[in-house]
Amino acid sequence: MNIDELLQRDSFIERGARARAQALLDPGTCRELAGPFERLHSPWLAMQQLVTQADDGVVVAKGLLGGRPTVVLAIEGAFQGGSMGEIGGAKIAGALELAVRDNERGVPTQAVIVFETGGVRLQEANLGLAAIADIQSGIVALRRYRPVVGVSAGTVGCYGGMSIAAGLCSYFIMTREARLGLNGPQVIEQEAGVAEFDARQRGLIWSLTGGEQRVATHLADACVDDDTAAVRAAVADCFARGVPPVHRSDRAADFLACLAQVDTTQQATPDDVRRLYGKGLA
Amino acid sequence: MERLEYEFAAGQPARGRTVSGVVSSGDLEVLLEPAGAGRTTIAVQTSVDGYGATWQALLARVFGAGDLPAARIEINDNGATPGVVRMRIEQAYEQVNETGGGA
Repeated sequence: MNIDELLQRDSFIERGARARAQALLDPGTCRELAGPFERLHSPWLAMQQLVTQADDGVVVAKGLLGGRPTVVLAIEGAFQGGSMGEIGGAKIAGALELAVRDNERGVPTQAVIVFETGGVRLQEANLGLAAIADIQSGIVALRRYRPVVGVSAGTVGCYGGMSIAAGLCSYFIMTREARLGLNGPQVIEQEAGVAEFDARQRGLIWSLTGGEQRVATHLADACVDDDTAAVRAAVADCFARGVPPVHRSDRAADFLACLAQVDTTQQATPDDVRRLYGKGLA
Repeated sequence: MERLEYEFAAGQPARGRTVSGVVSSGDLEVLLEPAGAGRTTIAVQTSVDGYGATWQALLARVFGAGDLPAARIEINDNGATPGVVRMRIEQAYEQVNETGGGA
């Protein structure tokens, strides 16, 4: 993007979860379900003396996208790092299950999940993990009927159990600013040492786990500019392509074979990874 | 974490409900709903303890004149400065006036 385009664009990253959901749906069709006035606060955060948010950091918005029934599940990355607790997780899983029921009854409801999350909310422990498992089951059930499109715009990105949920999506869209990984940089550094991964090296982090690299290594499908119209168009394009004949997660064996070839005696460069994954997954 | 409650005189009921802001670091969420004419109630949940007098002074500045639309307001605050608190409250009233809320 040049300076003019940067000034003209309508940033998707700068939007909160609610504004993102509204922007993805056709104008005037967005209706929020289990919204903030239902006051579904996390009971667990309050017990730990942490301030709660009335929607528990998840926005469920029902409406139309390109005239088709669509539910958008947008995670608010600014609240508790977008972490998945019992309530926010149940909102996503429940919405996916209702979309499955719609499809069983002949209504082709499709889903977009906007991932902005560090994964499970540690304060809610097993309840958050169980919710993530429910979300993963919901994605797999729904993607038999209609594509489940994942978006991660940044700047939190998508990590932990929710990165597995991202891997189960029919399509995954990222910006250059977004990151996708099972463990976050600081977790890797803490567990494996700074020689393994220096979490202060932003260039290293984005070159290995950023949107561009993840598309180049087949872990995401599209890398778009941080522009609301571009994100919306990429989502619409994924739905137009329909349910893929082979989902990314069906190719787990191919990914594992690539991973097995990584030379762990030296730090892999982004180019090494691209070459290896490009060969094994073309 | 501390919970605080305030009450102020107000005008006619607000025209709708809305939410502004996010409970992120240094920010807050304001939920605004119509209440019966003449009275606005504010329930605050804040991460910073011991600032009840500051909240009282700030809210008195915003609501003290008693002419804002009557509302039931919930504030979930994660360490916002008084300036940010005031702007989020004003944003909520602005959204209600522009669109009747819509949230």
